[in-house]
Amino acid sequence: MKLEDEVLRRQRERARVMALLLGAFVVLLFFITLAKTGMNW
Amino acid sequence: MPTLEMASPAALPADWRDFVALTKPRVMSLVVFTGLCGLLVAPVQLPAALGFTAILCIALGAGACGALNQWYEVEVDAKMRRTAKRPLPAGRMDRQSALHFGVGLSFFSVLLMGLATNWLAAILLAASILFYVLIYTVWLKPRTAQNIVIGGAAGAFPPLIGWVAATGQMSALPWLLFAIIFLWTPPHFWALSLFVRSDYAAAGIPMLPVVAGVRNTRLQIFLYTLPMVAAAVAPWPLGLSGAAYGICAAVLSLVFLVLAVRVATNQATEPTQMAAEKHLFAYSVFYLFALFAVLVADRWLAA
Repeated sequence: MKLEDEVLRRQRERARVMALLLGAFVVLLFFITLAKTGMNW
Repeated sequence: MPTLEMASPAALPADWRDFVALTKPRVMSLVVFTGLCGLLVAPVQLPAALGFTAILCIALGAGACGALNQWYEVEVDAKMRRTAKRPLPAGRMDRQSALHFGVGLSFFSVLLMGLATNWLAAILLAASILFYVLIYTVWLKPRTAQNIVIGGAAGAFPPLIGWVAATGQMSALPWLLFAIIFLWTPPHFWALSLFVRSDYAAAGIPMLPVVAGVRNTRLQIFLYTLPMVAAAVAPWPLGLSGAAYGICAAVLSLVFLVLAVRVATNQATEPTQMAAEKHLFAYSVFYLFALFAVLVADRWLAA
């Protein structure tokens, strides 16, 4: 495997993980807001 | 065109799995569990989202400690077999990435804790991170054989933080939980350091077996077990838990004490002959999990 391919593969994987984490954080903020405003689920 | 074989690993962006490894997930599991127990035994029930966030922040704070610890100790880790394969000494990640990751996680976890629960919990979380990194890792660990005794306070914070996240204030029970982990840390770590002492000696870390010898360490393990057992059983006579916890804590602690006596009477100096120390180390992890689980179960039975 070429170095550039491996760099690209790792960057792509890290970008995917960051996207997932950011998505999860947005969902968490949504539920924190519900809890803070008294609309408990 | 350069190939992978020709490139140094640090020239590549670190794999995301190495960032996970940097957080010491196995250590984090015990931290998360004790923090969760502190939250669950509190008399105030947090909404699920806020309880989850509090535990997440404790986990991220512990991860930050792991990352900053590995960033600071890269040369030491490279000298020890047990730690030489970590991302930094193995060259799979550059130091600056680890530093940025650790500092970023620290700020994120403290801010999120403050915004989601309360600022006293956030201050305690910040204090535990600073204590672990500055007092334990930077100051005590390379200087004194008492590093684990004082540094154990850093690992004792999670149940206190969990309780404060739920209630907004401190009281006797979370401080007792703090004391249990604080007193549990020396026997736990010294049991490990007995059978990996050559690693610590090679790295120049003044762990007790390296500085004071094997025999003295075994005696210290036994001596520290006594107040630990007292602290573990104390919630029952103090009326902070029920009889179910008291009896289970007494039985679990008795087994711990028996194993500590076996260690204290062991004469072996070679790691291969240190079955008693290995048993105590393995049991100490189970002991803490079981003790805190029983406390939560006792609280739920009483409710």
